[in-house]
Amino acid sequence: MIVPFQHLLILASILFLLGLMAVLVRRNLIMILIGVEIMLNASGLVLVGASAFWQQLDGQVMVIFLMALTSAEVSISLAMVVYLNRRKKTIDVRAFDELRG
Amino acid sequence: MATLLFYILGAVAVAATAMAVTRRNPVHAVIYLVNSFFALALIFYLLGAPMVAALEVIIYAGAIMVLFLFIIMMLELSPGEDADRQGPVPLQWLPVLLLGAAILGCTLLLLQLDPAAGQQLPRWYASPRDFGYTLFHEYALAVEIVSFQLLFAAVGAFYVGRAAGTKEPLGGER
Repeated sequence: MIVPFQHLLILASILFLLGLMAVLVRRNLIMILIGVEIMLNASGLVLVGASAFWQQLDGQVMVIFLMALTSAEVSISLAMVVYLNRRKKTIDVRAFDELRG
Repeated sequence: MATLLFYILGAVAVAATAMAVTRRNPVHAVIYLVNSFFALALIFYLLGAPMVAALEVIIYAGAIMVLFLFIIMMLELSPGEDADRQGPVPLQWLPVLLLGAAILGCTLLLLQLDPAAGQQLPRWYASPRDFGYTLFHEYALAVEIVSFQLLFAAVGAFYVGRAAGTKEPLGGER
């Protein structure tokens, strides 16, 4: 691999920012969760790159934990999406902007 | 050769992700994202992480994205109901694009300042055997904790996603 570490970090930050924009701009709950996925993947890319940079396996192990975290997060948040859709018949985030006491 | 592959795959990943975040239809977004994850998995392989590359395809592209597809199908949203269609779209994108450009510029500047970031990545390969040894010896306790986390996530998802009308605690139904 004859790539500067810098270029990998630039690629990861571009991907992270795309995910962040999806979270900030989109109003569809599913699209917001997809943005979170993109951000987690970008951080995984940095971990793998750091693992190669220092030639230690710890970064790759962290990616495995990141995958476990992601699957837990996705299962709970998709269950929440189903619940919210059942309650208000929509997945537009603007429908969920008030608290119920 | 590997260098060229890295840049091609990076361009594919960025393009597919950009397509994914701008699609109106969530199904199209998920498919583009699967494409992006395949490109990322190949980048992981180039970086000397074959095990992580395989798990990226199996878990992210295989399991999580298919879960998204299942939920999108299950929700059965009417085609007229599109949360992103209403409202002035450019006005909505403008501040986010400005903030994103500012953050990206600061990140790139910071990367320029860091002397270590300019170094080349060494050619390296971590075999799945070494990887498994590290995971289950040095990080054995963390693996146990992650298994608890997955159990709690399963219980939480089951609790939140109960069928409608079952207000009584779980196990109350015969």
